[in-house]
Amino acid sequence: MTETRCDVLIVGGGGAGCSAALHLALRGSRVVLLERGLVGGQASGVNYGGVRQQGRNPAELPIARKSREIWGRMKQLAGTEAEFTVTGHLKLARDDAEEANLIAYLDVAKQHGLPLRMIGRNALHGEYPWLGPKVLAGSFAPEDGSANPRLMTPALARAARDAGATLHERTEVMDYAHDGADFRLRTAAGDVFVAPVLLNLAGFWGGRVAEAFGEAVPIVPLSPNMLVTEPMGYFIEPNLGVVGGNVYLRQIPRGNVIIGGGHGESDPGQPGQTPWSRPIPEVTMEAAALAIALVPALEGVQVIRSWSGIDGQMPDRIPVIGPSSTTPGLFHAFGFSGHGFQLGPAIGAIMSELVLDGRTDIPLEPFRITRFGAAGQA
Amino acid sequence: MKVAVVGAGPAGVRAVEALLAHDIRPVWIDEAMDGGGRIYQRPPAGLRRDAKTLYGFEAPRATALHAALDAAKPRADWRPETLVWNIRPGQRQLSTLSAGRQGVVEYDAAILCTGAMDRVVPVKGWTLPGVTTMGGAQIALKSQGCGIGQRVAFLGSGPLLWLVAYQYAKAGAEVVAVLDTTRFATKLAAAPGMLRGPATFAKGLYYIGWLRAHGIRIAEGVTPLAIEGAGSVSGLSWRDAKGGVHRVECDAVGLGWGLKPEAQLADLAGIPFVFDAAQHNWVPRRDAAGRTPVTGIYLAGDGSGIGGAEVAEVAGARAALALLQDAGRRVETAALDRKLASLGRFRVALEKAFPFPSHLAAGLPDDALFCRCEGLTVGELRATTTGPAIPAPELNRAKAISRAGMGRCQGRVCGAAAAEILAAQLGCSVAEVGRLRGQAPVKPIPLTATP
Repeated sequence: MTETRCDVLIVGGGGAGCSAALHLALRGSRVVLLERGLVGGQASGVNYGGVRQQGRNPAELPIARKSREIWGRMKQLAGTEAEFTVTGHLKLARDDAEEANLIAYLDVAKQHGLPLRMIGRNALHGEYPWLGPKVLAGSFAPEDGSANPRLMTPALARAARDAGATLHERTEVMDYAHDGADFRLRTAAGDVFVAPVLLNLAGFWGGRVAEAFGEAVPIVPLSPNMLVTEPMGYFIEPNLGVVGGNVYLRQIPRGNVIIGGGHGESDPGQPGQTPWSRPIPEVTMEAAALAIALVPALEGVQVIRSWSGIDGQMPDRIPVIGPSSTTPGLFHAFGFSGHGFQLGPAIGAIMSELVLDGRTDIPLEPFRITRFGAAGQA
Repeated sequence: MKVAVVGAGPAGVRAVEALLAHDIRPVWIDEAMDGGGRIYQRPPAGLRRDAKTLYGFEAPRATALHAALDAAKPRADWRPETLVWNIRPGQRQLSTLSAGRQGVVEYDAAILCTGAMDRVVPVKGWTLPGVTTMGGAQIALKSQGCGIGQRVAFLGSGPLLWLVAYQYAKAGAEVVAVLDTTRFATKLAAAPGMLRGPATFAKGLYYIGWLRAHGIRIAEGVTPLAIEGAGSVSGLSWRDAKGGVHRVECDAVGLGWGLKPEAQLADLAGIPFVFDAAQHNWVPRRDAAGRTPVTGIYLAGDGSGIGGAEVAEVAGARAALALLQDAGRRVETAALDRKLASLGRFRVALEKAFPFPSHLAAGLPDDALFCRCEGLTVGELRATTTGPAIPAPELNRAKAISRAGMGRCQGRVCGAAAAEILAAQLGCSVAEVGRLRGQAPVKPIPLTATP
């Protein structure tokens, strides 16, 4: 049993946590990151891999814009771009109401400087002849794309370590305390970590960290239902989504098609237990049918793997980001509600600004932890 | 009580037979057209060969199992040509695929008898056309009456090596070499233990003796160098125990190093796995009767740890009795328990005689291909320990970084070798690097517009 003192403690080794460790270490902070499993093991590693700004909640767009800038220089920052490719994101409408939704979002995008191009039916089927007849219109975001989530977080972790951060994997925090000046975290192995600043970047489990400091929030587990096909000839260049989000798919140049839609089942477990999550067969088949409606050529292609993981979802589908309302030195960023992969790199930068500069240019008011009212009621 | 039995090999047949004897009519699912499992696979209709020709010494066992299979089929809810591709232990549901149609089977209790597959170690050139696993070579002969080639070399270790070589030679193939990677001394040291299973031991000796008497080239303690050929197999080279290099001309190679459990369903059911050091395989946790930590799930046969067909028959019956006991029935199990214990002791000796050649996988050159689906070399897997990501301390992160095991086979073929290569690179035991997690579907299933 050891006691370790540092400047900043980070709980949670997802994309946001590893990015925070990297940004803080690059500015000279002594950082220790504690991760219960392996870095990128849950939401950051199992997600679809969309690097998408289009369709984001307007409150998230400033973060998404900042993150997109970081994605653009990921190779220099993390040593690899983790297969980040600017393929564009094509959001599709399958009926008039969905098309109206696409048109309405054009104004939101314009306010935030996000380039979007609306494509009508004839042009759409001309440009993408492999789209199914049910697709009526599309909105194309040329700056968006996708990356490989299984590579991104381990790469950020590696870069953070190279920059001087200390990462402890397979290290679960069992006890949180604050003595007025310092946070004292005790792990399952009995080791103690002490620092004046604590970053809660623990995904779904961030709700439990917040609760330990008297700030319970109404967070629920969110488990994406994901599958991937065998490789087929490469033809789906853009990352595809739909209004409403009940299916999304992309193809990698290797040929595999990654398809998401609906939710699996999961149990985040009690402290000390191993969480589990799994896709649901009926949901997998439903996503397959929706995907075939978008791209009929997918019919008959073999599914080789399906998976899920655990993210945290807030009632208003945007994360909690910002300082604690109860404990000085505690900062939260969790409950990304399925949006964390694209936002993660910027979250790390924002956290480093909050800790070292006491401020950030990004408006965080919509993400305050107190927005749910007393006793965690939304 | 709704009972499902998955698999109709030796374990599945005896499990169903025991359930029927206690008036339980299970849903009985098998991926193949017929039953019998891989070991007692029958030829398709129209191909007539007698049991003695097909199964040799095992003919009486095969005939008895087929009789039990044929008697049980009409009494059970028999569903051949059906893949169980997922299990939801919480809901007690099996997801099935049959003739392109999705289905769900509800169960209160299920016995998984999912069998085994060949365990292979990559060898330079092992993806050339003409290379087949030992079990595959045997099935071609037994089920289709054809061989994998005309001039065949066999490479590997374990009882199947000698049996398949013998069967090929008897069938008229030219067996150009039988190359065992295990040294003679290792087998000899385990011989006293193997005498516990005298019939099996004698059979093994018989095959080796027969091959020698017929002048077939045999070498033990070999290190494979390469399977050679441009477009298809034309030769095989190896180094002998003293360092001499040899080569034979051949047009086909059968290779295999024992078997590994097909335990994906047990994995998806949430059963914890343990590393069995003797058989050098990850196996799902179960007690001697086949009970698992997951309520309602029972395991029997090679899918729960390699024991061979004779053990599988006993274990299948025993698992059915365990299920009945847990349902409150009074059943007699003492005779089966004694038999399982006795057969288990022989198995330990057999594993000692044919240890998994970890050194061969660990010693593969960087440019050898080990993951066929993704076209990955050994060097690419080793590189996962150095960057650009945080080093891979276990197999699933190595998979994430390198794509090892991400292809159509989902690591069923390359997983065992990948673990050896990674463990050697990290300087830790193969148990420490873990195993590739099972993910549905158990085998590929098609995307369909109307499930």
